[in-house]
Amino acid sequence: MAKIRVETTINGDAAEFLCAGHQSLLEVLRDDLGMTGTKEGCTTGDCGACSVVVDGRLVPSCLVLAAEAEGRAVDTIEGVADGQKLTPVQQQFLEHGALQCGICTPGFIVAAEKLLEKNPDPTEEEARYYLAGNLCRCTGYDKIIKAVLDAAAVMREEPA
Amino acid sequence: MSAPVSRFEAPTEVEAAVALLAGEYGARVLAGGTDLLVQMRLGAGAPALFVDVKRIPRLSSVQLDSNGLKIGAAVSAAEIYENDSIRSLWPGLADATDLIGSTQIQGRATWSGNLCNASPAADSVPALIACNATAVIAGPKGERRVAVEEFTTGPGQTVLERGEFVVEFEVPAPAPHASDAYERLIPRTEMDIAVVGVGVAIELDDAGAVASARVVLGAVAPTAIRVPDAEAALAGSRLDDAALDAAAAASTAAANPIDDKRGTVAYRKKIAGVLTKRVAKTAYVRAQAR
Repeated sequence: MAKIRVETTINGDAAEFLCAGHQSLLEVLRDDLGMTGTKEGCTTGDCGACSVVVDGRLVPSCLVLAAEAEGRAVDTIEGVADGQKLTPVQQQFLEHGALQCGICTPGFIVAAEKLLEKNPDPTEEEARYYLAGNLCRCTGYDKIIKAVLDAAAVMREEPA
Repeated sequence: MSAPVSRFEAPTEVEAAVALLAGEYGARVLAGGTDLLVQMRLGAGAPALFVDVKRIPRLSSVQLDSNGLKIGAAVSAAEIYENDSIRSLWPGLADATDLIGSTQIQGRATWSGNLCNASPAADSVPALIACNATAVIAGPKGERRVAVEEFTTGPGQTVLERGEFVVEFEVPAPAPHASDAYERLIPRTEMDIAVVGVGVAIELDDAGAVASARVVLGAVAPTAIRVPDAEAALAGSRLDDAALDAAAAASTAAANPIDDKRGTVAYRKKIAGVLTKRVAKTAYVRAQAR
């Protein structure tokens, strides 16, 4: 069966790939484009490890078909930092030690960036609810949430 | 997977989508994919053809006027909840929509998928019914309208025939002193399936008493159900204890749930009553504020 040719934009750069109709965006990012920053945790949209942004909207890439990326803008964890310059969210994750195995981390960072873009001053409860779709088996979430709230403070140029 | 390679089409017109869906037994509508793709992974196999309906402009449009809301079937839950007008006119329906899944799922999920998947526990459905919403269906014989209340016929079963799909929802504007509310009970704090969901819409008369109510239960029967006896109990009242107790008892009686890992029959019946009172009060207070 003929493959589908998709032209899209990933992290601001033009990209193209061939895919089968049933392949998810997650599969194509990881297996065909070698962009393994986005992780597979459950393939059923429950864990958030595959979080990406499509046309400005936070979505689970395991539940987006690769073919849907045609003409759309996809943003992944690989595009969060500006070269070697980390964002406040990334910096605070490091400073707080907000990861252990790190498998949930790309999804959390992509989601947290989106949270702070929409709500620059979230309460702890708002942050936890927004990030409820990102699961972590290692840390117990405490340092993750502190890192996100401190990153928000840094972005508002307040003392962390 | 039963079909190792699926085809994918993204038509830009309703008629083209109908032709694709009618023309092939294995064709499935792709809106948000948050049920379809999960089912694919969990054993249903990949459809022969995905018909992505999100490129049809009508399915992404949101129109609000004095008659109410006309909204495309592919508008995401996130977009619905971010709409200040929808949140203010139908707060219960907005809340119900916002409860589906996670932020990521909300970026994809749609009312049409929630309805057509026809889970008895779908969160937006009781609220859509409470708000008297109608689904506009396109198919080989043209378009027809079906009240959301009549759309689902059993778990996983709807009135849709071959080649048909939902293109729009119509939600009538609430009366001047009317509002709605929705709450559900889940075992966790977030990210779970309703044990009981209750949607209530209340319209007040000029004196501030309940002119009419719509009470809808989810997750306690094969489909979402209205509770006429609860509605009658609330009508004419100012939500005094007797009226609320009668409404709760009616919901408990009407609930016809199953025992499963999330709750027993007895628990679900009791909670149906508890939530009916709570949700009715919220709807009443909101109606008074309008």
